[in-house]
Amino acid sequence: MLINVIWFVLMTVLLMVYAILEGFDLGVGILHLFTRKNEHRRILMNSIGPVWDGNEVWLITFGGALFAAFPTAYATVFSAFYTPFMMLLTTLIFRAASMEFRSKVESPVWQNIWDVLFSISSLVATLLLGVASGNALIGIAINEKGIFQGNFFSFLNPLSVITGLFAIFLFALHGSLYLQMKTEEDLNYQMRKTSKVLSFIVLILFAVLTVVSFSTVAWAKPRLITSILGLIAVAMLGLTLWLSWKEKGGIAFLSNTGFIASIILIFASNMFPYLVRSTINPAFSLDIYNSASSPKTLTIMLGIVLAVLPIVLVYTGYVYWVFRGPVKLDETSY
Amino acid sequence: MLTDALMLARIQFALTAMFHYLYPPLTIGLGWIMVYMSYQRLKTGEEIYDKMARFWTIIFAVTFAMGVTTGIVMEFEFGTNWSEYSRFVGDVFGSPLAAEALISFFLESTFLGILVFGWNRVSKKAHFFATLMVALGATLSALWIIVANSWQHTPAGFHIVETPLGPRAEIISFWQMFFNPSTVGRYSHVIFSAMLNAAFFVMSISALYILKGKHEEFARRSLKIALIFGVIGAYFTLFAGHHQAIVVARHQPAKLAAFEGHFKTTEGGTPYYLFGIPNEQEKKVDYGLTIPGFLSFLVYFDFNKPVKALDQFPIEDQPPVILPFFTFHLMAGLGMFFIALTTLSLFLWWKSKLFDYRWLLWVFVFSLPLPYIANMAGWIAAEVGRQPWIVQDLLRTKDGVSPGVSASQVLGSTVMFTTIYSLLFILYVFILVKKIKKGPEIINH
Repeated sequence: MLINVIWFVLMTVLLMVYAILEGFDLGVGILHLFTRKNEHRRILMNSIGPVWDGNEVWLITFGGALFAAFPTAYATVFSAFYTPFMMLLTTLIFRAASMEFRSKVESPVWQNIWDVLFSISSLVATLLLGVASGNALIGIAINEKGIFQGNFFSFLNPLSVITGLFAIFLFALHGSLYLQMKTEEDLNYQMRKTSKVLSFIVLILFAVLTVVSFSTVAWAKPRLITSILGLIAVAMLGLTLWLSWKEKGGIAFLSNTGFIASIILIFASNMFPYLVRSTINPAFSLDIYNSASSPKTLTIMLGIVLAVLPIVLVYTGYVYWVFRGPVKLDETSY
Repeated sequence: MLTDALMLARIQFALTAMFHYLYPPLTIGLGWIMVYMSYQRLKTGEEIYDKMARFWTIIFAVTFAMGVTTGIVMEFEFGTNWSEYSRFVGDVFGSPLAAEALISFFLESTFLGILVFGWNRVSKKAHFFATLMVALGATLSALWIIVANSWQHTPAGFHIVETPLGPRAEIISFWQMFFNPSTVGRYSHVIFSAMLNAAFFVMSISALYILKGKHEEFARRSLKIALIFGVIGAYFTLFAGHHQAIVVARHQPAKLAAFEGHFKTTEGGTPYYLFGIPNEQEKKVDYGLTIPGFLSFLVYFDFNKPVKALDQFPIEDQPPVILPFFTFHLMAGLGMFFIALTTLSLFLWWKSKLFDYRWLLWVFVFSLPLPYIANMAGWIAAEVGRQPWIVQDLLRTKDGVSPGVSASQVLGSTVMFTTIYSLLFILYVFILVKKIKKGPEIINH
């Protein structure tokens, strides 16, 4: 049914926008500890201050939409990934708390504690998101009832470790490119240097990731669509690398956005039409048909999405526009 | 108990929901109080309104952040801990949750950036608009959550369909689901009680400033604005609550019987307990103080029509009595206190004597926790009163839990959340006290 395919596309879009937006604010968090001066750390936090909350809503919306459109997949995924998911939620809680609390007390010890928590939780959150993507690609051990039969350690396999590492460096790069637009002077210089190194590491990890997924994931075969997307991804990453070395952070941020988008599309085209693949028996897999809500619910929700999402994009764009340009610290800042 | 995955999942949900609900009522109510202040700031240009809008925004922002962090967990807990429930209700229950994120959560979270960081970046008009959008977003957020929760209490607009993975509820009519019998009553009860909660918060802090002789102009004006919200909140919470009692009597009679410790159906009118201690073993209420026939009057407008008691229901369908009884009566008693206090204060304001009695100001100061207690008590009564059902008469709580999740996993996450949330709550109070001590004067532009 067409509506199920449309919903798969919508879920892909939600995931893509989440990866692009939260990607840079998680990246800023990862880079946070690598800046030393208090003023620099404040600039980093304030560069994402007005927008991180809105970015995170894309994850909430992804979760809500999965619940509404593919409830069986929602129930299976979150109960199967129970422990890693609880860890992800914990890191998101610490991130929010760090940003809210850090500036509220003028004490170096207090601020250092929140700096460390902020940075570590950003790093671990990214790692977990990467590891989860790797496992989604490989599939998980679910039985005919959609009930998970594995344990926490089943999630630690070579591919997922690489996707986890890849996510960390990719988001850090994305954050450093974003920060090139939000910083000035010596901090800006530091970010330009950081982007150069990170773009190189991302390139290497992307090559490793491609090789490992072809050799370990049976269904990740070169097909026409993934080949085209793969070429786009390589072109985008090449552009990002070149622009980083040319120290053009703003445009490099755009090409890196294109790179992230094409990776999500490759991921989605490898998953389609499945949402959760069963490693026990392919017949137990949950796809966009056997895990979906009724066509009626899918249609109602599609109407709501089509009516509301454009408005969301408009006011999100407006808020980014209001806070454009380098961060200026004032009395309302974190 | 520590090896019972079901019990642990229930405890976890109750704890995380209660920790979460420490924050949203304040932001929902305070949002509208700030909209009023921001409007005056825009219209009159007076500095006092600028000061008010900025100060209460700081309080709002910290509270909002706590609400977000504790709320994210709730959105996913249905999948992690209640996968069978999610599978069963997803077609119906998922829609309002998704709509909440799309329509409300985006709105409030995005405009919050401008509300908190935009003072020097946008015009007063744009800032007022952002305040309005945040308040609207918070209020609509509650709408979708209450729609989903009300459907658990009074399911409507669905049918049961057999699927390869077992039966599930599927939607027939979105609007019947949306306006299920208890949505309107429960939503207005929640919104007005949130307004009351925020009003009492602002009145408490303002009264403290007046008593200490600090920021007096600021405090007097804030207190008066809050009092208006408080009066409206107190009365309309009562009206909505009464409407709900009628709905509960019709759709969840066992729950009403639990609220009232009404064990045995009798001839004639059913009394209302002002006080009492339910005795579940002997199926009676000890030390009861009653108004004869008043429960019958409340729900049927007839002093002589009997209300169904617990003995009309099979034992496996009966909710526990002690907890719903005490929490319900605590909530109702506090509701009466809020009405008395706000009415008296309004009368004194009319007589221009609102600030003349120091004892009254102290009452305001110490009333701060009471709306929180009333809110918690109300939710405990409502949710425990629905037991043993997770969806009334449709799915039992024990059949909704995740089968693949072990007791130790649930225990681990429960301990973790409880620790983190307790810590965050302590820090939240610490930050609030610090901000309140600093007061509005410090903020310069």
